[in-house]
Parts: sequence; C-alpha cells; structure tokens
Amino acid sequence: MLMIVDPTRVARRLRVRGVVQGVGFRPFIYRFANSLGLVGWVRNDGGGVEIEIQGSEPILDAFTQCLASEAPPLARVDSIEPEVIPPDHSRKDFTILPSVEGIVATAIGPDVGVCPSCLSELFDPQDRRWRYPFINCTHCGPRYTITRSLPYDRARTSMAAFTQCPSCDAEYRHPGDRRFHAEPNACPECGPQLSLHEPHGVPALARDAVAETLRRLQLGEVVAIKGLGGFHLACDAANGDAVLRLRVRKRRPHKPLALMFANVASVAHWARVSAAEAATLESPERPIVLLEKLPHFDDTLPGVAPGLDEVGVMLPYTPLHYLLFHEAAGHPTGTAWLDQVQPAIFVMTSANPHGEPLVQGNDEAFERLAEIADVLLMHNRDIVVRCDDSVLRVRADLPSGPGDAAGAGVQFQRRARGFTPLSMPLPADGPAVLAFGAHFKATLCLTREKEAFLSQHIGGLDNPAACTALDEAAEHLQSILSMRPAAVAHDAHPDYYSTRAAFALAEKLDVPLIAVQHHHAHIAAVCAEHCLDGPVLGLAADGVGLGTDGMPWGGELMVVDGAEFRRLGHLSPLPLPGGDRAAREPWRMACGVLHALGRGDEAIERFAAQPNVEQVLGMLVRGTRCPPTTSLGRWFDAATGLLGVCDTMTFEGQAGMVLETLARRFGESLALPGGFHIDKRPPDGLSVLNLYPLLNQLIDENDAARGAAHFHATLIDGLVQWIGDAAHATGLRRVALSGGCMHNRLLATGLRKRLAARGLAVFEAQHVPPGDGGLALGQAWVARALLARGVL
Amino acid sequence: LSHGGGGRAMVQLIGEIFGRAFDNEWLRRGDDGAVLPAPRPGERLVVATDAHVVSPLFFPGGDIGCLCVHGTLNDVAVMGARPLYLAASFILEEGFPLADLQRIVASMAAAAKEAGVPVVTGDTKVVEKGKGDGIFITTTGIGALPVGRELSGANARPGDAVIVSGTLGDHGMAIMAQRENLAFESEIRSDTAALHGLIAELLAAVPQTRVLRDPTRGGLAATLNEIAQQSGVGIVLDEAAIPVDPQVAAACEFLGLDPLNIANEGKLIAICPAQFADALLAALRAHPLGTRAARIGEVTVDAQHFVQMKTAFGGRRMVDWLAGEQLPRIC
Ligand SMILES: [Fe+3]
Ligand SMILES: [Mg+2]
Ligand SMILES: [Zn+2]
Ligand SMILES: [Zn+2]
Repeated sequence: MLMIVDPTRVARRLRVRGVVQGVGFRPFIYRFANSLGLVGWVRNDGGGVEIEIQGSEPILDAFTQCLASEAPPLARVDSIEPEVIPPDHSRKDFTILPSVEGIVATAIGPDVGVCPSCLSELFDPQDRRWRYPFINCTHCGPRYTITRSLPYDRARTSMAAFTQCPSCDAEYRHPGDRRFHAEPNACPECGPQLSLHEPHGVPALARDAVAETLRRLQLGEVVAIKGLGGFHLACDAANGDAVLRLRVRKRRPHKPLALMFANVASVAHWARVSAAEAATLESPERPIVLLEKLPHFDDTLPGVAPGLDEVGVMLPYTPLHYLLFHEAAGHPTGTAWLDQVQPAIFVMTSANPHGEPLVQGNDEAFERLAEIADVLLMHNRDIVVRCDDSVLRVRADLPSGPGDAAGAGVQFQRRARGFTPLSMPLPADGPAVLAFGAHFKATLCLTREKEAFLSQHIGGLDNPAACTALDEAAEHLQSILSMRPAAVAHDAHPDYYSTRAAFALAEKLDVPLIAVQHHHAHIAAVCAEHCLDGPVLGLAADGVGLGTDGMPWGGELMVVDGAEFRRLGHLSPLPLPGGDRAAREPWRMACGVLHALGRGDEAIERFAAQPNVEQVLGMLVRGTRCPPTTSLGRWFDAATGLLGVCDTMTFEGQAGMVLETLARRFGESLALPGGFHIDKRPPDGLSVLNLYPLLNQLIDENDAARGAAHFHATLIDGLVQWIGDAAHATGLRRVALSGGCMHNRLLATGLRKRLAARGLAVFEAQHVPPGDGGLALGQAWVARALLARGVL
Repeated sequence: LSHGGGGRAMVQLIGEIFGRAFDNEWLRRGDDGAVLPAPRPGERLVVATDAHVVSPLFFPGGDIGCLCVHGTLNDVAVMGARPLYLAASFILEEGFPLADLQRIVASMAAAAKEAGVPVVTGDTKVVEKGKGDGIFITTTGIGALPVGRELSGANARPGDAVIVSGTLGDHGMAIMAQRENLAFESEIRSDTAALHGLIAELLAAVPQTRVLRDPTRGGLAATLNEIAQQSGVGIVLDEAAIPVDPQVAAACEFLGLDPLNIANEGKLIAICPAQFADALLAALRAHPLGTRAARIGEVTVDAQHFVQMKTAFGGRRMVDWLAGEQLPRIC
C-alpha cells in the first residue's frame, strides 16, 4: 500500500448519486481510499453515498476523477458533487460509517444473476456454500424484489427474517470482503432453505429437493419453481407430452414458451446466436432474448413456439437454476461444465394462471397453482415485489446504448427483472409526475428530477389481481423513491382501470390530472428515451387507442412537440365488427375488408366454419357495432384473416407474429404494384394511406407465405412514401417510430433502413417497449412538457 | 301535432286524450295540482323522478309509455316503498303523429292501471320541430315507506348474498335488435315491468333485505359497482350462476357486448344476509316476474371495492363500470 504523508492536507465531502447502494460501492471506496492513503469515511444515506476524504490535493483529485470509472460492475454513478471542508487532523484512517436514514432520494439496484465468483464457490465441494441455492454477494443476487423500503439495508428486506451466523456476520462486517454489506448474505447454516411440496402444500418426500425436482421434470411433470420476482412453471422442453400438459393446464394453446439453457454453447445447437446476442444472454441482467430458431428446432421441440421462427431463450440466473443443470449434468465438481454443451433444456414460463399476474406468496402458490403444477419447489424467503422476466430482442440495425452489448442495439418487449427499477435519464429537471400507462401491458412511470423510473411490467388490467398489483406498484414506487407526485398522467380512454386509478390518486393527493392521447404518448415515449426536444414526425403503428374524436385510432402520422401533437394523417379506416371482439378474431377483420371491397358475399363460404359469419356480415351492412378504426394492427389482423392462417387468436399479437414469420419464410419480396395510394381527406386535408388495393389482391392469393411477404413489402413501401411526403411537407428530419406493431422486426428494420436512405434520422423505442409497455414514459414526458408551460 | 299560434285547440285536444286515458278524480277536478291524503301513521313519503327518452319508441315487449310508468314505479319500489301516485310531464315535438301519441298514452294508462297507481297530475309542452326527438316523458312517483324499513345501496355487508330476479340484458338487447334490425329465431322482448308486487312479496318473506336496486342503464355491472362504492365493499360474482337468455347471450357474442353492461327494465338486485338467501330466492321464484331468480355472488371485504367475476374457466375478471358505450380497448 502506498503511503503519502502530505503536510498540506485538504479535505472534501463528496455526494455520489446513482445506483450506489447494494452494489459493493462502500467496500470499493474503502479499498480505493486505502490504496491511495486517504483518510476519512464513507456512508450510505437517503441521498446515495456520502464520502469524506482527506489528503493531498492531487490525490484527492485523482480519487474523485476515477471514482466513476473504477466503480464496481453493478454501480452506476450519475453525479459526484464535491464540497470543500476544513481538514480534521485527528483522523488517522478510513472507515465505513453506519447508514443514516434521511430523505430517500437514491435508486435501488435491480436483481442480478449469480456472479462468476459465487458460481465457483457454489460448485466447490470444499466451500461452505457448496450447492447452497441462495449464495450471493455484493456483485450478484436479489435486490429490488426483496426490498420493502430504502435505504437498502438487510432490515428493510425480506432477509430480515434470517439472522446471520457468525461466519456470515464476519463477512458482512469485514470491509475487505466481497460480502461486506451484501444484504441478502446467507449460508446453509443461517439462510433460506428449499422445500418441495405436492399440490396444496403437502411436503413431498424427498431426500434432496433439487434431485427430486429433476427426477420429476424427467418424468414429464410440471414443476412450479419459486424464483426471484415470482414463480416459474417448468417442464422438460424435449418432452412433447410435458409441454402439451403445461399448455393445456395453463390454457395457453399456442403462446410461445421461454426456454432455459445451461449456457450459450448449449443454445447454439438450437438457435442462431450472434456475438451481441451471446453477450446479452450472458449479461448479469439475464433477460429472455428472442433468437432465430435453427431449421431443425421444430422437429424436436415443436410445441415450444409453434408457427413462429423465433424463440425466447434465457440462461440460468439464480443459484437454484444452476443447481438444476448441475444435477442434470451429474454433479460435476468445479466450473468447467458450465462452458460445455449441456443437453438439458427446460421450459420456464411465468407461473400465472391464464391472464393473472405472477404468483407471489407460498400459500398463494399452493392455492393458485394446485391445478397446474404437479410439484412445487419452494423456499422460505419472501418475494416482496413481483417482477417478471424481461424480454428483448437484439437488432443489429439498432444503435447500441450504454449498457448494451457492443455491435447491436436492443429492443425490449417487456422490461422487468434485471432492469427495474433502474431509471432512464431525462434531458431536464422537472416536477414529479406519476403516469399510469395503458390497460393491457400496464406499467407505471414516476419522474424524479432528471430521471424517469419505469415500473416492472404489471399485466392486463381486465384482471382484478393485476389491478391490485398496479395500485401496489404505484404505492411502492412512490415509497422507494420517496416522491409525492406533483401531477398524475393517464390515457385518455375513460374505461382503462389505470385511468380510474389515476383519478383516485389525483383526488387523494389533490394534484392536477393530465389525460394524454394514446398515440401522442407512444411517440412521446420515443422522444423521452432519446431526449428529443422540439418537434418530431411520429408514426404510431399500433393497435387501438382512443382518439381525440372518440374513434379508435392506431395508424397515425403526427407531429409531436412535447405537450402538443397535430395529426397529419391516418390509415384508411377499417370497420371493427364487434369492437374488441374483432381484435381477437382476425376473420372478423377479414369480413370487414371483404364487405368494404364489395365482396362481402365471399365471406360466407370463406369463413363457413365461423358460426357468426352471417351475423357479422349483417352488422357490416347495417353498420351495427362496427366503429371505423385506423389501427395498423387491425390491418395486420385483416391480412392474416384473408390469408386464412389465423381465424381466432389465442394470445395477444398472434396474428401479426404468424404473418411476420410467414413473410420471413418466403424471403425477399417486392411491393405489389398499385397496392396503396395516398389521398387527401376533405375537409381537414388529412393524408390517408389507403391499403385496400393491397388487401384486394391478397384475397385471391393462395400462397399464404407469399401473401404475407407482399403485405409487409407493400406496407413498408406505403409507409415510407407517406412518411417521406410528410417529412418533405413539414421540413422535419427526425422520425419517431412507435406503437405495438413496431415489435414486428420485419416492419421495423424495413422502415428504418428505407427512411434512413431518405436522409431521415430514425428513432425507435429500445429500452422501453414500443408497445403499451412503454406508454407510461410517454405520458410522463407529455405531462412534464405541459407543466413546464405553466398551463396547469 | 302543431305548436304555437293554433295552440288553444291543440292543448285542448291533448288534454282530452290524457283526460280520457288516465281518467280519475284528481284529473277530473282540473286544478293546477292534486290534493292527496297524508300518509298513514308510521309511514314516510318516498319520491322519485325519471326522464324517459328511448329510441325506438315502440319495441318488442313495450313502448315508452309503459316504460315511463315502470321505470319510476320501480325506483320508488326498490326503496322499499308502496307506490301511491304518479305525475307525468310530456315534451312533444311539433309534427309528432297523433296516432303514436294516443298509442303511447294508452299504454301508459294501461300500465298505471295494472300497477294500481293513478296519474294524478301532468303537463304537456310542444316544442318546435327539430328541438325534440319526438317525445320525452318525465314521470314522478310518490310512495309510502314504513318507519323502520331502511334499504340503501350503502347497506351491503361482507358475507351477504347477491341475488338477481331474472335474466339480464333483455331490455337493452330488445331495443338494440329493433333499432339495428337484427333478426333472431324468436323475438327478444324487453323485460319492462312494474316490480312493486314482487318486491312486496320479497320484503314480506325477508324483511332483513339490505339492498334493492333496479339495474337499468349501465346494467348489472354499473349498479353493482355503485353499491360496492356506496357500501365500501367488494363483490364477487360467479359467471356460471348469472342468468342470461340464450338468444341474448348469442347476440352479445356476435355483437361483442357484455350482457352485464346492458340495461334491464324489469329486474332487481337484492342483497341480504347469506342465511336469508334461500328464503329470498324462494319468494322471488314464487312470483311470475322472478321465476328465473338466481343467487349470483357474494359481498366481500375489499379495500379497493372491486366488482369481479369468477369466470367459467376458473379465472377472474373485472366487472367494469363503463363511462358510456363499450369502447374498444385492445391495443
Ligand atoms: Fe398502443
Ligand atoms: Mg331510474
Ligand atoms: Zn456473487
Ligand atoms: Zn451463515
């Protein structure tokens, strides 16, 4: 250790903000200060971390400058505010002081996959945590999902129930230890324990819970496994009967199921994995990454993601996941097996009965999963906050952001575990706004100064448990950020549960309530993510959101400038026979198109299998319950219905996903000549992109894949010309693409490439989902812009 | 119908139509108001008023005439009161066919007579063409409520049973079918009916009944949500137990509507302590208007005052309180 004696001792107080608690920041400061021979102290408080250092001025400068770059892997330093103070000559060493409670204004870290150091202990028979399923350290383990309130200390987590043994306590107290203040620190002597149960909670007879779980999986049973932010339902992916059993019990006939593999080497046999995808799979956040299936995938694993060319894959992230693979690998010693191909593949899908939020408590699991799981692998550490697995896609054509793997950008489908509650930076300070998001795929967003905190994915608010989860998440977010919103934002739809919750909170807090049009918010979310001030051209390629004229919008071209938006155009409207019914039944949308093209009589034969086809045609003729919608999502549905590949959906977005897969299977295709035209709509002069000619041609297409390819190519052509014309007319060069249809990779990459070729700067939602999962961020952005104008 | 200048003859004509149809001692007197006897000792007065607009005016199972009698009588009756008198005021649009008016008034009079409640006073105005939608009728009802009988939407308690007197959605669907010219195997008829007879039987059998409501506009969903809010409780329904006419269910299926959001005009919701549920059901089923009565759910402790439903598949869903018509939400 370097020892510097400097008679001109100076002192400074540093306030460090960011993700600096629960990530090994204090031991790092302790070691760093000691290595430079500085004296002083470090402590956690409500504002983040406070440091006092004394020494020579150049060393102090070096310390301050290197703080951010040298910080531990999970830390994120947002700001360091130095203050000069008089030196205290009596101080002879550097110490870690106890945490102070105060006004909480810090960010807690997300849950992180088990780190390499812990893994090598886990598989070292000499280690006291050999095969201990709850091993963790300051670089890994649970955080957000076990924390009740801040500051982040063991007493405020669900680990408070476990008193550390002397060995653990010594690690926890020793500033040089990897487990110094690792709040969930535990060992087999003192920490949480596994237990195996039959349905309804009867303890299972098993000498070793992990070994018995594997045996049951190999028998083809469905196992509920308690994880970090919820339970998984697992089965042997290679056992078709087991997969089918899981699907039947979950009433999920077609929705793709996520898979867990031991490592990237094992994945590579089943799916294409680029370097960026491998790095993303292996990142400490351990998201589910959507990968392209290899051709033989469906020969062996046909039930996993039927009809789709992508599959969601993740790597183990809890020690327990690793123990299952370790068991399957035959108990090898050491960690070499972790890099070798392992044949075991498990389906790991969130354990929620159809449409409900994640199961959280043990008793709840016994009750709610009794009809679904054959056996339940439980533990006695409480889940405080529900958090699903995050789902994302790596796209080589997207710019990579900080924290992304090099060489490609990511686009989230669902942002939750590993990322919640990390904040997104905002360009400017502003009042605290709590935005309530959409109805399906609900999320919340709370802003604090120059940050926006997006909640985890909550689910569909047609379900009472999800509505309760939304209310709880709103409370929890306010509590862990210690923020009382100065305004509440919500969607303009009066019948979203989130709208009602927003009304209730605004009344309770007596703060302004701000309604934000759905597609304005979709575009604003992109503006917020990319810090785009000033006007942008926005394409909302979406399902249905309520327009300012009371109609269901969803294919909108608009200029968005903070609090303002102006509708420039929309897709030609399609009748929506039966409202939301039509969004689940593409055959209805197809009937709507046939009717509009004067070919309604063809529908009777085409959809003879549908008992209501005559009634639906009658509704179209009379205009009964057929509101016209400009939604692009419904155009996808109509095309899918006309091509006969999906009459009725069993999960949201199915039609579009099937159509996309078919189009990719067909390969490159040109747009159909005359497939669209762009009209000026009198009297308001809105520009209408008319896609009826395209669908008129698809009606007679007998090769569904070719039809799907033509649909995508022509749609992209039309959108590019439409947007290009608007860019020309408005002089705007920045285009924001958002809305649920932007989850379609073929559409997104096509638009991006073609618009960029026209010299436009293209922005997409990346770290928030382009669909309704990102809506809350956009609402907050709009509300902030309104408040900044002082209108409210 | 004409308006304004040639008014005197007109008003006289209308007066004659009404006078003949509703003929009774109070109207015959021709005064500005009706003088009514004081309630019996131990009784209090209940008054309710309701403006009726409906399109079409004539529909299977009824018309605006009987509807405006039933609607107001039911509002009085669900308070637990015995309806005594009705008052009616009409706004007619110039050019409204006299024959239609006569038909409506006759239907009103028949409904009032059947209910045993006289229309004791009334008024008519004719507005210029384009300033009304044919005919608007406002009725006011007066009833007598015994001291000690306290029914209110705020009285539901956790553990109580939720009972409905019959199939849901018939009225709204009959109107919709007529308006949209929908064809069915057999006609869907409005359930419009006066419920005070049924309610008298019910209250005689189960005086412990806590809440009575008629689920009119907004349907069962709106009414139960109101009760949950007023009482500060939750309500859990059992989808399989909710009676819906198969034709109405089929129509809802293709129209993409939820029968729980559709209006009823001859149904009631009763909430009572669970131990009296069977007696209450028996009393309802013994009456011609309650043959399809069913116990559909229970009142629960719920800080969020949710009305939810156990679905046929064992899941749960919110029973929504809609701001207006069912707007699409799927994005
Ligand atoms: Fe949307
Ligand atoms: Mg009423
Ligand atoms: Zn670790
Ligand atoms: Zn220990």
